[in-house]
Amino acid sequence: MATVDTSLVHDAHTHEHDHHEPQSFWRTYVFSEDHKTIAKQYLITGILWAVIGIGMSIIFRLQLGFPKMSMAWLKPILGEWINESNQLDPNFYLALVTMHGTIMVFFVLTAGLSGTFSNFLIPLQVGARDMASGFLNMLSYWFFFVAGVIMFSSLLIETGPAGGGWVVYPPLSALPQANPGSGLGMTLWLVSMALFIVSQLLGGINYITTVINLRTRGMTFSKLPLTIWAFFLTAVLGLISFPVLLSAALLLIFDRSFGTSFYLSEIYINGEALPNVGGSPILFQHLFWFLGHPEVYIVMLPALGITSEIIATNSRKPIFGYRAMIASMLGIAFLAFIVWAHHMFVTGMNPFLGSIFMFLTLIIAVPSAVKAFNYITTLWRGNIRFTPAMLFSIGLVSFFISGGVTGLILGNSALDIQLHDTYFVVAHFHLVMGASSAFGLLAGVYHWFPKMFGRMMNEKLGYIHFWLSFAGIYCVFFPMHYTGIAGFPRRYYAFTSYEWTKTIFTDLNAFISIAAIVSFGAQFLFLFNFFYSLFRGRKATQNPWKSNTLEWTTPIEPGHGNWPGEIPAVYRWPYDYSKPGAADDFIPQTVPYSQTPESNLPHENELIAFEKEIEEAENLNDQFRQPH
Amino acid sequence: MVYLVGLLSIIFLALAALVVSRMAAVVRNVNGPVEEGRIGMSNRINGALFMVFFVLAMIGFVLSFMSAKQYFLPEAGSIHGRRTDTLFWISMAIVTAAFVVTNALLFFFAYKYQYREGKRASYYPENHKLELIWTVIPAVVMAVMVFTGWRAWRDIMSEAPQDAQVIEIVGKQFNWITRYPGVDDNKLGAYNYKLTDSNNEVGVDFSDEASFDDFVNSQGELHIPVGKPVLLKIRARDVLHSVFIPHLRVKMDAVPGMPTRFWFVADKTTEEMRNVTGNPDFNYELACTEVCGRGHFSMRAKIVVEDEASWKKWCSEQKPLLTTYPEYASRIPANLKAKAAKYLPTETAAPSDSTTASTQEGGASSASVSLR
Repeated sequence: MATVDTSLVHDAHTHEHDHHEPQSFWRTYVFSEDHKTIAKQYLITGILWAVIGIGMSIIFRLQLGFPKMSMAWLKPILGEWINESNQLDPNFYLALVTMHGTIMVFFVLTAGLSGTFSNFLIPLQVGARDMASGFLNMLSYWFFFVAGVIMFSSLLIETGPAGGGWVVYPPLSALPQANPGSGLGMTLWLVSMALFIVSQLLGGINYITTVINLRTRGMTFSKLPLTIWAFFLTAVLGLISFPVLLSAALLLIFDRSFGTSFYLSEIYINGEALPNVGGSPILFQHLFWFLGHPEVYIVMLPALGITSEIIATNSRKPIFGYRAMIASMLGIAFLAFIVWAHHMFVTGMNPFLGSIFMFLTLIIAVPSAVKAFNYITTLWRGNIRFTPAMLFSIGLVSFFISGGVTGLILGNSALDIQLHDTYFVVAHFHLVMGASSAFGLLAGVYHWFPKMFGRMMNEKLGYIHFWLSFAGIYCVFFPMHYTGIAGFPRRYYAFTSYEWTKTIFTDLNAFISIAAIVSFGAQFLFLFNFFYSLFRGRKATQNPWKSNTLEWTTPIEPGHGNWPGEIPAVYRWPYDYSKPGAADDFIPQTVPYSQTPESNLPHENELIAFEKEIEEAENLNDQFRQPH
Repeated sequence: MVYLVGLLSIIFLALAALVVSRMAAVVRNVNGPVEEGRIGMSNRINGALFMVFFVLAMIGFVLSFMSAKQYFLPEAGSIHGRRTDTLFWISMAIVTAAFVVTNALLFFFAYKYQYREGKRASYYPENHKLELIWTVIPAVVMAVMVFTGWRAWRDIMSEAPQDAQVIEIVGKQFNWITRYPGVDDNKLGAYNYKLTDSNNEVGVDFSDEASFDDFVNSQGELHIPVGKPVLLKIRARDVLHSVFIPHLRVKMDAVPGMPTRFWFVADKTTEEMRNVTGNPDFNYELACTEVCGRGHFSMRAKIVVEDEASWKKWCSEQKPLLTTYPEYASRIPANLKAKAAKYLPTETAAPSDSTTASTQEGGASSASVSLR
């Protein structure tokens, strides 16, 4: 039905635009301004970073799980970082932890996730030719690329990469004499992050502008797919919070290189009293977490948006509570800015402030819970097809719940006293934001691979990939709650220095490490599947998932401008699945109500009167219609 | 452990074999017949696997919980600690119930409503009543949890009682240093970070008379009287550290340039804890929980909780810093010299070279003891 209708629309306008000359290789694949190519660039770069980032975690998991193991076999790669007794150097352990956090949070789950899917889906799902500014979009990717090169180069220098944790709290990160990682490695970290922030801002401005200005005829905000709502709010969050991180980083650069005292005060180190007085390390923490907490939702919201789309499509049901989902996301996006200090309950911040942030944190749990309930209800009485994307989406919801509930404990400042900076926190955030948004990324790749590359990924391999990853990740992070409740602090090189940790949980730690290796190994199935299907996968069909959204009305491999003729108009919301009376179990957004009298609800019949208006409206911002 | 690893490697090998055969199939069949829109066996298997996974995961959860339980929240030795422990387990029960029920529904629905030929999903886009219910119920439950937590937080973070025993603890790379207010005035003297050196590790300012009797333990050993409020004044000398005493449920960052504090009442002596835990070698320990560099994982300090009499006795056996290093007498302003005299060796013309000082150590200590 969908294809018939849209092709009618296309036929009427095929006379337009064959005048685009083929571009050079460099402009097509490297310095491309096409949102689809940029999305693929982000995806491939994100995947590479994910392999590096997770690979690092495997190295430090080996140290934690098998502290006596000889690491001599890593010498060819790590060289001096493996000491004479064939053990990991403690400084390098900290560097690994730091780099793992930085890479996964920023390069994989921010750039890899938003960069890929916001770029790919926003124009395709709102019905636009491309991003508002293709040039800024290209700049955004290349800033990210350069940031990545700089971060990577810090792995290769003699003093090693930054080593103060991904939060880079000063004074540790400000004083090269405190830690080898605070030398050149930290400088490179800061430079890289500054460029990364520029990249995020360029991207974010583009996403916001595109969603606001380039929606096709009839695509009102109340007809936007939840993916677009999620990407839109994510971009708003990033646009407001990333500049604060930039300012925090700049002040840190000043402290490190120009002798200022924003974060430094009364420090005596290496037999020398530093002249800095009056600064406050807590200031940095406030600035950092003002980004850091929204960052959690920058990572999480796109994954939730992707999940909403996939769960609805594959349950063959409308997403339950579309408006409640939007309201929850708006609520989360707003509250995300006023809960940051729950990361700081025991930093010496005024306890009264702690109370305020505890109450605000409670409030943000409510919309999150609503989202989880809505996903579950969407499954209820559905007709579920388990595509790999669907499996990963259900897995995401499970992680989101399992990791989310412990947030209620950590958000309670009285309970946070004991649990702060223990493995309980590690378990909590890896499940709720790490694993679940990684699953969102994987679900998105499985779901939109046909649209990206015109081929299908192998489903059976996808199933194995899912079950290994799902079980593996639970085996990695669930036991960490146990060590956390027992009081094991995080970022510890070894647990041998304390009587209360040295005898217990050694086999549990080994178990976690084995589970981590298995889960990491499972990802190579995905890599194989991805690259194999890229070249040899089964050819995709027009609308393989029988989905309602606009991207499936484009040609199987959409070219420049996405739709060969006129951009289709939109008449209905994206979730008309299994509508009673309809012949098919899906009605694409491009089908007017006038063509579906058998399934229209009473209020929808009234909308038929406005369809002519939508039909005749013009896409004022259609770049193909402007002289260029 | 060996069996565990063995078992896991067998499972892994089996899975690897499965994967290899599957990959071979992929490579072979890739251009084979297209199974357009066919939803068959795999769908049923995946649906069933959700139930299998849920059952296995629940069994694993219960078994692992039971075996790990003995190490959870190690025996609390402080009054507020038992309060937060109770709160923790109540909260944990609530969230575990939510965790089990929602996951159960998620997996069960996935299984129950899997694709069936000819079936149609129900068009069920919203239900305001239901949505209102599940917005309000979690909100109320969470409000209760947070409210009880807030009351505990308010009490724990309240001002320390007037009679609290003050002890200063200073973090540095990579150990802790404790300073006690001394037995004579029980007041901590002033400090200034610029006065820090290798002997005066916490920068005690001897122009303040309260500092004359302060004594310092550079191993960070913390002696605490049982049943008495103790106020830790927490500082850091170089980078961030964090005082963590797991058995007393104490945690507070140490921040350079911004003193922090935490007060508590330890109500079980080390001896009592040894009996309660059944571990004759038990010691309270203090750890660092804010990453501070290479030695972060080993910033251990021992804590001794003892009855007040033996605590007082221990204090009286400690030598004031001024007695140990009489050369600091040169920093004492003239009008206070007389007051400092009793902490200094007899010939107060404090020799500034340290060899003399160290030879006089023995005499000085006996002098100060006899003075008490």
